[in-house]
Amino acid sequence: MNAQRKQRLTLVLLIVFGSSVAVALVAYALSQNINLFYSPSQISMGEAPADTRIRAGGIVVDGSVRRDPNSLKVEFDITDFAHATTVQYVGILPDLFREGQGIVAQGMLDQNGRLIASEVLAKHDENYMSPEVAAALAAAGEMPHMPPTAGKGY
Amino acid sequence: MAGKNWMPRWFYQLASPKWCYQITGKLLPGFAIATLLLIVVGLVWGLAFAPPDYQQGNSFRIIYLHVPTAYMAQSIYVTMAIAGAIGLIWKMKVADMVAKCCAPIGASLAILALATGAIWGKPTWGSWWVWDARLTSMLILLFLYFGIMALNSAIESESTAAQSTAVLALVGLVNIPIIQYSVYWWNTLHQPSTFKITEKPAMPPDMWIPLLILVIGFYCFFAVTLMMRLRNEILRRERRSSWVRELLMQQRG
Repeated sequence: MNAQRKQRLTLVLLIVFGSSVAVALVAYALSQNINLFYSPSQISMGEAPADTRIRAGGIVVDGSVRRDPNSLKVEFDITDFAHATTVQYVGILPDLFREGQGIVAQGMLDQNGRLIASEVLAKHDENYMSPEVAAALAAAGEMPHMPPTAGKGY
Repeated sequence: MAGKNWMPRWFYQLASPKWCYQITGKLLPGFAIATLLLIVVGLVWGLAFAPPDYQQGNSFRIIYLHVPTAYMAQSIYVTMAIAGAIGLIWKMKVADMVAKCCAPIGASLAILALATGAIWGKPTWGSWWVWDARLTSMLILLFLYFGIMALNSAIESESTAAQSTAVLALVGLVNIPIIQYSVYWWNTLHQPSTFKITEKPAMPPDMWIPLLILVIGFYCFFAVTLMMRLRNEILRRERRSSWVRELLMQQRG
């Protein structure tokens, strides 16, 4: 490689490295804004702002879904296995909504720390499997709803 | 290292448009057959024979288009940036042409990845689009492709156009790890990667083997389209050289 090429190689590396550093700093500064949702722990520690629309994400606690028999109102708890937040929603839940499933709800926190949701989205994980396998795992009591690392992302 | 030649010979041979045109002509049929076989086998297996997902049922099958197109959109971007860097450093015309030919292919696959993702998102998440980190960075990738194509066609001189698009492609390269790791660095609605380098995929083999076949098939498809575009581009730019004239004369008979 001659000197000129080496110089141009340095320049190319500088461009890539420089833009990476710039973007990394921006991403670090904005990290909370890039997160799609707050976890129940963040909400219970008061990191989520009140009186503004936020999203909360977590896993629906088993046995926590309470449906109002006369309307579409539904209330359930979401957890990140450290803290839990109650979500209240009026409307039709997505097909994938079920207990033990990750969801992301958008809405506002009320004074009691409950999220009054206007939209509920279901989150699914990358563990795809056939119904037979799922049934066999469920029978063995090892349904991999929550891999050990999953709590981190919710 | 000055003066010492440590690059392999084929690297310099690739710099010759004529040699490049000939070698791609030889490689093209093989890649075309591989593409056809892999994509047909992968699609039939994935869409008709792979088991449905226990939660999403049959709607999960769109993974067989979504994952390969999303992979390709990113791989093509990396290819384009590397070709651009080689063009910048070694002033290699063929590398400039490769970079130029990559952009439209990558843009179309990025559109496909975003479209299949939206179609998948509606029944599973309950929303066509969410501004989460994975989706947004993928949209930025599409805009990068558009920007690169626009910049390339806006500049009259072909070498200046290649230089400026290479710089833009290199700056945009930082987006690729962001797309890749967005699902781990931030809270996103998008689930983590299906394939991980270090772990076995979290699905049974009759689900992931067709997916892997399709990913390889799409890589071959990219190779085929890239070579076809590159050969056209070589002929267009070298139209005044004697070997292209000879070739055209021969084809006319």
